Amino acid sequence: MQKKNLIYDGTFDGFLSAVFYVFEHKIGDVSIRNGFDVQETMFSENETIMSEEAKANRVWKGLKSKLSAQGSYHIYYAFLSEKPGVENVLLDYIRYAFENTNADKDYSHPSVLKIAQIAKMVGREKHRMEAFVRFRLTKDGIYFASIEPDFNVLPIILKHFKRRYADQKWVIYDIKRHYGLFYDLDTVDIINMDFPANFDFTKTNSDYFADQEFEFQKLWKDYFKATNIKSRKNMKLHVRHVPKRYWKYLSEKQPD
Amino acid sequence: MNFKIQTKIYPKLSFQRIQEKLKILADAAKYDVSCSSSGSKRANTNKGLGDATGMGICHSYTEDGRCVSLLKILLTNYCIFDCAYCVTRKSNDIKRAAFKVQEVVDLTINFYRRNYIEGLFLSSGIFKNADYTMERLVAVAKKLRLEENFNGYIHLKSIPGASDELMREAGLYADRLSVNIEIPTESGLKKLAPDKKREDFIKPMVKVKNEIIQYKSEKKIIKSTPKYAPAGQSTQMIIGASGENDFQIMQTSNHFYKNYNLKRVYYSGYVPISYDERLPKIGSDVPMLRENRLYQTDWLMRFYGFNVNEILNDKHQNLDLDIDPKLSWALRNLHEFPIDINTADKRMLARVPGLGMQSVYKILNARRFRKLNWEHLKKIGIALNRAQYFILCDSNQFETRDLTSEKIKGFILQNSTSKYRKSLSNQLSLFG
Repeated sequence: MQKKNLIYDGTFDGFLSAVFYVFEHKIGDVSIRNGFDVQETMFSENETIMSEEAKANRVWKGLKSKLSAQGSYHIYYAFLSEKPGVENVLLDYIRYAFENTNADKDYSHPSVLKIAQIAKMVGREKHRMEAFVRFRLTKDGIYFASIEPDFNVLPIILKHFKRRYADQKWVIYDIKRHYGLFYDLDTVDIINMDFPANFDFTKTNSDYFADQEFEFQKLWKDYFKATNIKSRKNMKLHVRHVPKRYWKYLSEKQPD
Repeated sequence: MNFKIQTKIYPKLSFQRIQEKLKILADAAKYDVSCSSSGSKRANTNKGLGDATGMGICHSYTEDGRCVSLLKILLTNYCIFDCAYCVTRKSNDIKRAAFKVQEVVDLTINFYRRNYIEGLFLSSGIFKNADYTMERLVAVAKKLRLEENFNGYIHLKSIPGASDELMREAGLYADRLSVNIEIPTESGLKKLAPDKKREDFIKPMVKVKNEIIQYKSEKKIIKSTPKYAPAGQSTQMIIGASGENDFQIMQTSNHFYKNYNLKRVYYSGYVPISYDERLPKIGSDVPMLRENRLYQTDWLMRFYGFNVNEILNDKHQNLDLDIDPKLSWALRNLHEFPIDINTADKRMLARVPGLGMQSVYKILNARRFRKLNWEHLKKIGIALNRAQYFILCDSNQFETRDLTSEKIKGFILQNSTSKYRKSLSNQLSLFG
């Protein structure tokens, strides 16, 4: 029999709908692929899967009953990694989970271990974003931050920022994935924004940002310098904690 | 409710003055190593600013690799004491400055709103007297909580000798309180800080300890009991300033953990800042590796079930610098090994060199499904270059030679310099 490719719409619900399809039709040799980066493959049959919330919920509910809370969040986190092929590792994990109890504790199973490791990477990125987001106050009183995370972490950092910055309006915008979160003192919405063609996210331009923003960035940079102990300098450790790819959005790492 | 965003702009002159003060008072505070922002349970319940429920967050790292989690400053570096090891000592010829209460509040709030920090760590030189100083520190915390609706993390220094009433109030607004004993032994303290007495440090520590105990028991009955220092208290010792050995340091540390319910004891390698002949010369190295070994020992005591006397005792008064303290213990106790990964209890698994607690839990879970072999252990992520000499697993390959401690240590040291190049198969070919 030919290998089947299931093409889904890139959403988590879409992926779970594809998983539903696999179980419903008892397909063995299958590959689940994101419709946005799918390539034509020879010798296989493509099937487009519609995202259906009801089916997705059934799979998710089933997983939650089979796995610990940690196990189910590992699945969601690993999905957000957007790593090529992660859907198939997830499918293998999910199949194993439906056949065994407490499967998520079996770190000697290759897919379980792999998903735990990917989830850990995503968790690390989430934690980094909670640390490295730098808000800048705009002229219209909104605290604005731009990020370029390795993984799609906006959905999992939302709660943290909503709880913490309950009394200020803020936007966190993922430049790589072209969407952001906007909190209006009440709810958080997903937004798309158009930026001027020459807009430089790494610079604080006085056309857009409040006057006091410049002062506090200066004070923060001064503080960052003053709190360093020169005789203990250890750049290797520094870069391990703050990898260079994040520097461009950190106020304290901007040139004077 | 109508929320108004603070758009405070400093007049030019006052901005420069703040800038100057911040430089001086951050520089003076940097030798306090604690930057912890975890362990509190202060939730954002008032739709105010901030939340201190989760794990700690390091928002940045200095070039020396230390975490920047809190705005760590002194309220002032004017001080009536003359402790030899301290950069703000009275006799030191440095620029002095003092923040106003409102200035610290504004800095904290505006840094917090930009997600630079988790909160404030406020310490101070002692001006006039202990209570006068403590009162100012409490005033900052009170203002942040009551006027600014601030739920972020606040760490206040307990000023040695401060009154019980002030310590009581401090704990109502702060998440953590700490008082640094600085010098591990009383004789060392007498030599370097003749104005200070050990009992002055202990007094606020005892008060805070008792308040925390009381809070915890009252909370069981009345849920709304106001929080008291929910992240507990900590202290710090300077390492390498007054000639103590590691055994003395860890005994003191153990004493404080046991008798004052401390959350943390910090070890701070002495950074030479004075020409005083009682102290290491300016330019001599900061004992960073020793500091690291002490932290490892601290972890073994708190999380790995070790008793301090197993690691340091009359016979072994100093930690090895070339190998970690757990490996050092294992080499002195080879009669306890090897252990079988598939049957050993948690206590013994935690004692195997190269196994962290994370790996221990993974092993305990995974071995319920199947017997684990070297390949499994490698994937789980344990440091086999150290662990292999101390364990058996589901494999007929294991260390069969009757190696002495020196031999094992030699192999491990040889191996660890090149551990990134060598693959597991190379390591296993050591078995013969």
